[in-house]
Amino acid sequence: MYVIVIGGGKVGYYLTKTLLADNHEVLLLEKSSARAAFLAEELGEMVSQGDGCEVRTLQEVGTSRANVVVAVTGDDEDNLVACQLAKRQFGVPRTLARVNNPRNEEVFELLGVDATVSSTRIIYSLIEQEVETGEVIPLTALKRGEIEIVEADLTPQSPVVARALKDIHLPGDTVVAAIIRDQHIVLPSGTTTLEIGDCVIALTRPADEAALRALLAGKQE
Amino acid sequence: MNVVILGCGRVGGLLATLMSQQGHEVAIIDVNKDSFRRLGPGFRGRKVLGKGIDEDTLRSAGLPQADAFVAVTNGDNTNLMASQIAQHRFNVPRVITRVADPIRAQAYREMGLDTMCSSLMGAGIIRSVLLGESPVDALRAYSDLLQELK
Repeated sequence: MYVIVIGGGKVGYYLTKTLLADNHEVLLLEKSSARAAFLAEELGEMVSQGDGCEVRTLQEVGTSRANVVVAVTGDDEDNLVACQLAKRQFGVPRTLARVNNPRNEEVFELLGVDATVSSTRIIYSLIEQEVETGEVIPLTALKRGEIEIVEADLTPQSPVVARALKDIHLPGDTVVAAIIRDQHIVLPSGTTTLEIGDCVIALTRPADEAALRALLAGKQE
Repeated sequence: MNVVILGCGRVGGLLATLMSQQGHEVAIIDVNKDSFRRLGPGFRGRKVLGKGIDEDTLRSAGLPQADAFVAVTNGDNTNLMASQIAQHRFNVPRVITRVADPIRAQAYREMGLDTMCSSLMGAGIIRSVLLGESPVDALRAYSDLLQELK
């Protein structure tokens, strides 16, 4: 694959090295000549000095040949423009942008960027996983947060222990996807009975999460 | 008309003052509160402190109700991003974007943004003056100027 990385900061640098190690063809574009020179000392021809938001620069580095363009500068607006130009002027099939302000993720997708990564949001969800709020832990969100995957360890206080799934009234459209029991995964059916110590993995909508929490973990303190 | 202007630099400050003096409803956004000093005494509009690419700032500047949005900061990419948010998120009827880079201005014009290339306009008008032509003709031929560059 030919990947163009725009932005030679730490993220761009490590991304380039990782891609090179995987034997991809990479070009790292860095706007500052001092920084570009510094990077070139190690990465040689893989580095080019230039502004990834200038059409001429993108032309010079063969953007029309690229499979992926990744914009990882520190400025959201620069990342947006680089991706838009790559896609619309050069027909790059896949554009990815780093988004510093998590609020911009939605806007970027609205404006045609294929995928966005907000490290703030990822770290935040990792923090959420560490904070055991009533023992129902959000694992990840799908489809821009429309569906969440949560996990809950059933304690003796849990209202659903010793009840069959078909007898439990789950909130909304919640689905119990899997149960981890004694290191094994159980794919549940309606007759599966929940036990103390089960780790329940459920798919739920954010709106139903609170009700699910009350149901699986019992009363809040 | 109800207009929101992003960027209280020389252009933004002048535009805001002119529009406000004419009786239009103006809100002007800038990230630096000292920039608002550029506004003339005739300015009767609202000053909004914040980043123009921030939806919350645009919302508090009144974008949902605005008839027009003008992005005239010094940063092309900021202007382009803010304008697209105004157009696609807030459906503002009239959106004008100042883009200094003529190639980017043309590229985004093709994408459906009303861009005005300040450098091209400036160069075109000065050339007309130098050659003794009418600057009005220069403005009329603004869209042809880019062709000349290719």
